[in-house]
Amino acid sequence: MAKEEFKKNPLSVQIDLAKFELASEEEKAQQEVMSESTTFFRDGMRKLRKNPLAMASIIVLILIVTLAVAGPMVIPYKYSEMISVDGRRDKTAKNLAPFTWSKNEQKAIEQGEKLFPHILGTDEQCRDYLVRVLYGTRVSLFVGFFAAILVLIIGLLYGSISGYVGGRVDLIMMRIVDVIYSLPDTLMVILLSVVLKQTLQPLIEGTALAKLGVNMISLFVVFGLLYWVGMARLIRGQILSIKENEYVLAARAIGAKPGWIIRKHIIPNCLSVIIISTALQIPSAIFTESFLSFVGLGVQSPMPSLGSLANAAREGMQSYPHKLVIPAVVICLLVLSFNLLGDGLRDAFDPKLRR
Amino acid sequence: MGKYVIKRVILAIITIFAISAITFFAMNAIPGGPFSGEKALSPEVEKVLMERFNLDKPVPQQYVIYLGRLLHGDFGVSLKTGRDIAATVFESFKVSARLGGLAALTAIICGIVLGSVAALNRNHWPDRVIVFLSTLATAVPSFVLATLLLLIFCIRLKWFPVFSTGERSYVLPVIALAMYPMAYITRLTKTSMLDALGQDYVRTAKAKGVSRVLVIFKHALRNALIPVITYVGPMLAYILTGSLVVENIFTFGGLGAKFVSGITTRDYPMIMATTIFLATLMVIMNLISDLVYKLVDPRINFD
Repeated sequence: MAKEEFKKNPLSVQIDLAKFELASEEEKAQQEVMSESTTFFRDGMRKLRKNPLAMASIIVLILIVTLAVAGPMVIPYKYSEMISVDGRRDKTAKNLAPFTWSKNEQKAIEQGEKLFPHILGTDEQCRDYLVRVLYGTRVSLFVGFFAAILVLIIGLLYGSISGYVGGRVDLIMMRIVDVIYSLPDTLMVILLSVVLKQTLQPLIEGTALAKLGVNMISLFVVFGLLYWVGMARLIRGQILSIKENEYVLAARAIGAKPGWIIRKHIIPNCLSVIIISTALQIPSAIFTESFLSFVGLGVQSPMPSLGSLANAAREGMQSYPHKLVIPAVVICLLVLSFNLLGDGLRDAFDPKLRR
Repeated sequence: MGKYVIKRVILAIITIFAISAITFFAMNAIPGGPFSGEKALSPEVEKVLMERFNLDKPVPQQYVIYLGRLLHGDFGVSLKTGRDIAATVFESFKVSARLGGLAALTAIICGIVLGSVAALNRNHWPDRVIVFLSTLATAVPSFVLATLLLLIFCIRLKWFPVFSTGERSYVLPVIALAMYPMAYITRLTKTSMLDALGQDYVRTAKAKGVSRVLVIFKHALRNALIPVITYVGPMLAYILTGSLVVENIFTFGGLGAKFVSGITTRDYPMIMATTIFLATLMVIMNLISDLVYKLVDPRINFD
């Protein structure tokens, strides 16, 4: 009888439970549309992997690095070694074309000796050219990498102090940066490397540094003196904006020391920007090194670098163009792939560019 | 505005002063003087020469003397040739300025045109080709490009003579110097043009029925060119430093050649004059490009 009274109004929107059934466990599971949990780093790597240009440049870089590292180990000639047959210097092995032998070497081969081919020929001082190019690549990479790290360290220290302390200290430190920034760098680099070359020579005599060569050291000193300013500015700007965040205020309120705040709160937050600009610093260092070597102020002979190889090849340009083209192409490849990789890293890791 | 200009001018003066001091003390730190080397001079002659050019005095005093003369516009005479430095520098500057000016002009005009074309044809083949080529061009150092151009066009194809002084001899060095800044300006123009095309005022102009040409030139391009202005200063610096080597490769007797030969022969007044001249030029160019940037874009505040 009660049922009759509760007869449903046709216009009622009350839900009729009888029309529904319970979901099975399987169906419940289907509703969970959670993506896999991801970290900042993993997310960035995923984006980087989708970028064909960045991946291609990674492959090119790995290829070049492997060749530069493994090549001189496989090839039985040294970068400063003149070709010799039977322990005697072979003067006929001068300026050989790729894949050819000198007269003395041909004789040795006829006598059943096995010799490693000169894949790129030899230079005007009877040295195997491929080994020199590979070793030069090694030198250029080494310079690029360590100069970038040097710039990073100095810029990081200077920029974080300036940005964190602020006030008058910041003002003075930044004016110094402004002055260094507007120095004409190439003029200063040339001048300083001439000066350092002459004055450092007696200082490093007999130490472990002498092995590196005075030119290489003055190259690093020049980088340490002039090229850190861009990095310092960048880091100062980052710190100034991060410093204003609430979590820094909170950390300071509970008595955290400045060093702790810089290490734990500020640096992790500007890490991606730092890494990207360091990556972009490498090609510019390679650029500068090859420029200096080209002018004749780079690494010391007989040590080759890509720039000095290109410079040396200019004299025989007419007869042996490959000697100029090969180091030039390697420089371009290195700079191009580091640039593209840096761009890719920026797109993948810089949160400000995220859409 | 006035305060900003004064601040920048003071900074520029300090910079030039710092450069002159660094150069002066650095070049004096190089062992050996202008009269060592070549044939050994008799001690008396050397002493007279040293006295004549004040080289016997302590370095700081020499610097003060030099600055005093510089303020009167006296750059001194070359220790090697005895010629008036100001005249020599000005003469070789004419060559360098012509080369650099042509390169800068080429870079700006071609860069803006290519960048606009790329932006207007976004994701079509002109854009792809331009982006690909400009990425490639930013990876080639000017000295590499210069030697390759010399190899291809002068030696292989023989289109240009290797040594010449005529009008045609400017073509290859200008290309070598202009390539990198051109690629950079292309990328810069493309990004800012795309940005400008997406702005509300461009949409409004289009909605009002303004012709496409007028929208592009009057509304989009004018705003897109603002970032290019800031690049003019750094670009001139790049061209100046690039010309140090490019002039050498194409055997041009420009300022770069004078600077390098000054260092190798310890011609102190020559080193000082070329450095101060180039540095002043660069600092002034940077200053002008910054000030113009602030003038054309009233949205930027001065601090």
